[in-house]
Amino acid sequence: MEKLSFRLAAPRSAGGTRAQAIVGVVASGNLEVLLERSLPPDICTIDIATAAHGFGMVWDAVVRDFAARRSAGGLRISINDGGARPDTVALRLAQGVRKIEEPER
Amino acid sequence: MSQVAANTVSLSWYEASARQRIDALVDAGSFSEFIGPELREISPHLSIFDLPEQFDDGIVVGRGRLDGTPVLIAAQEGRFMGGAFGEVHGAKLTGLLRAAHALKEDVLILFDTGGVRLQEANAGELAIAEIMRAVIEARRAGINVVGLIGGRAGCYGGGSLIAGTCSRLIISEQGRLSVSGPEVIETNRGIEEFDSRDRALVWRTMGGKHRYLIGAADVFVDDEALAFRRAAIDALKMHGRCDVAVLEAEQARLARRLQRFGEAEDAVEIWQTLGIGSPTDLPALPTGAFLRAANDRETADDAR
Repeated sequence: MEKLSFRLAAPRSAGGTRAQAIVGVVASGNLEVLLERSLPPDICTIDIATAAHGFGMVWDAVVRDFAARRSAGGLRISINDGGARPDTVALRLAQGVRKIEEPER
Repeated sequence: MSQVAANTVSLSWYEASARQRIDALVDAGSFSEFIGPELREISPHLSIFDLPEQFDDGIVVGRGRLDGTPVLIAAQEGRFMGGAFGEVHGAKLTGLLRAAHALKEDVLILFDTGGVRLQEANAGELAIAEIMRAVIEARRAGINVVGLIGGRAGCYGGGSLIAGTCSRLIISEQGRLSVSGPEVIETNRGIEEFDSRDRALVWRTMGGKHRYLIGAADVFVDDEALAFRRAAIDALKMHGRCDVAVLEAEQARLARRLQRFGEAEDAVEIWQTLGIGSPTDLPALPTGAFLRAANDRETADDAR
């Protein structure tokens, strides 16, 4: 496993009130994303454990784009990756912030 | 009493994830998870093999309501390591079954598994034994333990042994139930014995329709979460015994079944013996027509 950690400035804080959300599954070409609302509203951290080594630069680009464009402030995000492509990662992250915004039942 | 919100989500059971299945199965919004992913109760073995972990170790356990009645639920995620049992994965199910015994609440197990995880085989095999013991102890105390089978990974290996101890099994056409999977049989006995790439052969040997016809599963449903929900509600109304007399009757039933079908070379011969009009058409029949054709199926498990 290669472990990567990012601490990013997030211009928009996450919506909704849910404490956590989880999307995806750890399988070949897929990943799971766990989002927990536990940080100051202008910070987003992303911790990644990935089976595919040597793609730190690609991860850096994907997570920076995510933090800049989505409402990710206040989220501690943890990823278990089974070798997903960057577009799959971006979609899962977007799906995750949508999920944590959903109203609580 | 709280109001029951019927769940009206239309969802393919086969395509859905473990969490989607639970949400569609129970009364809307009633599920609360035990040992959720945020606790990161992951496998202690996978990192030794440098393999990726999943925060819930491939099984979701918790409590919800089914038609207003509290039930305990476990759902395996068949896409993570084929839904296979490891140490933590198994312990979560064992704990749930022991809780069922203590709380006197029924259990639903949403199987989606290839069996024991090879990377933690000893722990996984022990887990299977512990789970079977916990199922029997719960059933002896009058608890219903209902298995639902219709996932991508099927219900194989140790998972099929656990299914064999359940008080009721609900299966869809897509569901497969067998101790050895197609690849295992081919590897051990050769391609002439079993061609694992022959999908029609796999389904007519292990698939839901065949398992229902020979009395290995009790209820046959469409690949639809609502159909599983309705069947689960009905299954929890049953109150089967689990004692020596019942097990002896089941042993006798299995002996009769072996005598009746033991010489058959293929499932189609079994369907013919059952008196089904045009047995080769059976795999293509839609649910309604299939259930009518299956009227003279083998009686289901006496132990259920």
